[in-house]
Amino acid sequence: MPTSADYFRILPEIILVVAGTLIMLIEGVLAGENKKSNLSVLTFIAFVAALVAAVAANSNQGLSYSNMFIVDGFATFFRVLVIGVGILSLFSATQYLKREHAESAEYYALLLFSVAGQCIMATANELIMIFIGLEISSIATYILAGYLRDDKRNNEAALKYFLLGSFATAFLLYGIAWIYGTTGSTNLAVIRTALQAPGADRTAILAGTAAALMFVGFAFKVSAAPFQIWAPDVYQGAPAPVTLFMSAGPKAAAFAVFLRVFMTSFSPITNRWEPFVWASALLTMLVGNFAALMQTNIKRLLAYSSIAHAGYVMVAIAAHNQIGIAAAMFYLAAYALMNIGSFAVITHFSRQGEKFVRIEDLAGLGWKQPVTAGLFAIFLLSLIGVPLTAGFFGKFYIFKAALDANLVWLAILGLLNSAVAAYYYLRILVVMYMNEPGEATLSVQPVSVGISATLWLSAVGTLVLGVFPSVLLRFATNSSALVK
Amino acid sequence: MTLLDFVIFLPLVAFVIALALPKDNSQAIRMFTLIASLAFFVISLGLIAPVWGASAGKFAFERNDTWISVPAINYHVGLDGISLWLVILTTFLTPLCVLVSWRSIGKHIKQFYAFLLLLEFGLIGVFCALDFFLFFVFWEVSLVPMYFLIGIWGHERRIYSALKFFLYTMAGSALMLVAIIYLYNAAGTFDYTRILAGIQSGAIALNSTEQLWLFLGFFIAFAIKVPLFPLHTWLPDAHVEAPTAGSVMLASVMLKMGTYGLLRFAVPMFPNAARANSGWIVILAITGIVYGALVAMVQPNMKKLVAYSSVSHLGFVVLGIFSFTQQGFDGAVYVMLAHGISTGALFLLVGFLYERRHSLEIAAYGGVSTPAPWLATAFMITMLASIGLPTLSNFIGEYLVLQGTSIVDFHWTVFAALGVILSACYMLWLYQRAFFGKATDDLSHHMPDLNMREYAIMIPLVIVMAWMGSYTQSFLPPISASNAVLLGPIDARREIHVRAVPPKPPAIPGEAAPAATAQELISAR
Repeated sequence: MPTSADYFRILPEIILVVAGTLIMLIEGVLAGENKKSNLSVLTFIAFVAALVAAVAANSNQGLSYSNMFIVDGFATFFRVLVIGVGILSLFSATQYLKREHAESAEYYALLLFSVAGQCIMATANELIMIFIGLEISSIATYILAGYLRDDKRNNEAALKYFLLGSFATAFLLYGIAWIYGTTGSTNLAVIRTALQAPGADRTAILAGTAAALMFVGFAFKVSAAPFQIWAPDVYQGAPAPVTLFMSAGPKAAAFAVFLRVFMTSFSPITNRWEPFVWASALLTMLVGNFAALMQTNIKRLLAYSSIAHAGYVMVAIAAHNQIGIAAAMFYLAAYALMNIGSFAVITHFSRQGEKFVRIEDLAGLGWKQPVTAGLFAIFLLSLIGVPLTAGFFGKFYIFKAALDANLVWLAILGLLNSAVAAYYYLRILVVMYMNEPGEATLSVQPVSVGISATLWLSAVGTLVLGVFPSVLLRFATNSSALVK
Repeated sequence: MTLLDFVIFLPLVAFVIALALPKDNSQAIRMFTLIASLAFFVISLGLIAPVWGASAGKFAFERNDTWISVPAINYHVGLDGISLWLVILTTFLTPLCVLVSWRSIGKHIKQFYAFLLLLEFGLIGVFCALDFFLFFVFWEVSLVPMYFLIGIWGHERRIYSALKFFLYTMAGSALMLVAIIYLYNAAGTFDYTRILAGIQSGAIALNSTEQLWLFLGFFIAFAIKVPLFPLHTWLPDAHVEAPTAGSVMLASVMLKMGTYGLLRFAVPMFPNAARANSGWIVILAITGIVYGALVAMVQPNMKKLVAYSSVSHLGFVVLGIFSFTQQGFDGAVYVMLAHGISTGALFLLVGFLYERRHSLEIAAYGGVSTPAPWLATAFMITMLASIGLPTLSNFIGEYLVLQGTSIVDFHWTVFAALGVILSACYMLWLYQRAFFGKATDDLSHHMPDLNMREYAIMIPLVIVMAWMGSYTQSFLPPISASNAVLLGPIDARREIHVRAVPPKPPAIPGEAAPAATAQELISAR
């Protein structure tokens, strides 16, 4: 029988799933167009309740439901992060959905389900649970990517994402099967013990294969090279607020399980997977940054930038030390903030039907809407990694972890990569501030309340983490010790 | 709160206030920035006496508070004789930049002055930071406002130049960041004074390979900023395209970030690597001196001419530093300051000419001295200072550098002195073409003499040039004292390296000692 502590520890997931189901049911009861706005309020309340529950659960850490879930600092960190991402993407979506005449209950329900799946990923202590969480999150996101049914690009994005995503998930599942066959368990800690046990060398090749298969699955989800091909098309095709969500939430959750599985279960065979992660990290940074140099569509540019940033986090995983885990956690939070901010600007600026998504369209925005452009500039500087922004400290901790692990070359190449990256972010700044306003900028509308809230929250977060990173970093460092 | 905290953070406060001012009232924004920056200058003068009084090897206004606990990053700032004058140079030039932009900046006035104040904040911070992390933060922060100053208010090719400037520096700083983190992992701290003490006492052991790579990591970042030949190509572009105020701040202060970094960090921390590499570095510096001067000679564009002359002058600074002598160090710092004043003044004067004629081509001028005699006089004095005429500022610095190098290797002196001669050639030729001869009616018509605002800019600069050239005791003592501290351990190690030669007992303590050790180096070769 589950105890009350069991329920308490997974209360956030319960709240999200129940709220999602309720919203689907309520929609039929609600009549009239305006009523639908109430659904967003309801979603917001559910998110806040889940956030409170997640924070509260942290005071009562431990295992839950026969060791299937684990609530520790690491889990709490990622739960709060993905729920926070959910809230910000809700803020930036409401206006967009009205604009596209597509406000309906499904969007909010899918958002809730997706976040619920990510919370399960964050807390899962067992491979089957990880798989279930991943699927809940992914399937909801596949649908969201094709949310505007009548839009060709949306359909393309959804189909591509779904087909390639299912393929990658199959790899993951196959990996799970291998490791179950090798060690006889799907529990992360038990697998670790089995791989450490004397005589485990005989099956090390099997465990290595399992790790490789699971690596493919996770690398796809975090868009790490060479499994990143889907990301630009999907990010470009999906509705802007969905891209905002996809690039932050599912990615953070996927990194959470990546970290937990590889740092816990596969830590006994680190020397087998470390070179692959090393190579993948470098390749991801190179592909992301160099491809981004040539983009003209800003969503696509940010998609490649998001690949590059995944590469930086992979550097932290390649370092496979405790500070690396903490650095990855910090970076994912920083990245979520600055990326959400950037996509919120795109959501706002693109207008109905996402007409204006070329970089040149932003010409002169700095003088037409100085506040929006100023906040966007903060996000871009953070993405470049200029000090006093969150992005800088994120990179700093990651490369510090890499140097701690003696990955000197990876650190040097990574930092040089970030100098390359400066070019394409600066190009956006150039267009915003140094070109004359064009048609798109002159017709720009005032910023909606939701977008404005997203922008300000992300910007304040970016600057606070940039000036006083200790607050978050201390928590990340303390929780990283628990991933063992 | 010490006085230095105010000097560092008041520009940041002013930046925020400037952003909050209504954008339509441009006169109020100008007045605010002018009064604020003048006030900062006056406040910064209060720094002089305490630094002067501080005992050798100690930083005045030192303050060391925790900023970030893990990894331990401190807000550690302090001033010694070298940084003192660079800070005052910054606060001195900022109000002049405000004045020169008074009419010439016509669009987005609020943002322009705000960025100027942010730039002042970053630059002052760079010279005060004694924590590597803090140093890096200020180093990068100063990059952003300069990028916008060039990119938004510059001339035709401004965007290309701004990008080039940013990316060059960014690439260099990436390497420096790796070196800083590596150093942290070795030393367990970012604190400059502790790391330096640890390296000197041997508590932080770095093998020679590590020293070499760390030195190169810092060196390349600084060399790009200096800029040392052949990493200088961003500089002419950035200078030519920047608005006058941007050129002034870039040439007078930003380039000094690089030489300051070499003098403060790269050389004292890795003396062996610095000395082992000094051969090719000196050759690059001398190449820069001669090459910069030769290229300056054939420039048809005045700003480009002044920009290449900077490459040449900064070569002297690097040469002085890598002579590892007291005279060389003193001369290097003195050239840094004198170049800041004289080249700043040259850019301002070129800015005056541009405001009148809207052209930077030398060919567009000729005979300016007839309609504008005072402008011509100011240009003459500044040009002579830049050439290195005795009694004006640059002479002292270049002389000290040449003397310092002559102790080590006389060949260097001979080649470097070529640069002094060449600088006279290109400057006098420029002056002849632009100011002498017969003025066309069209030119005379558009060439009023200096107005009150321009007098207010030039008079303080001319006074400082003459002062620095004629009474070095007002400036040099704290510089020498701080340099002696930085140089001391390097000299001590030199004796260890040449133990085969019996050290001569210095006859006059203090003065003869460095020369004697340098002699030993020559004999050791």
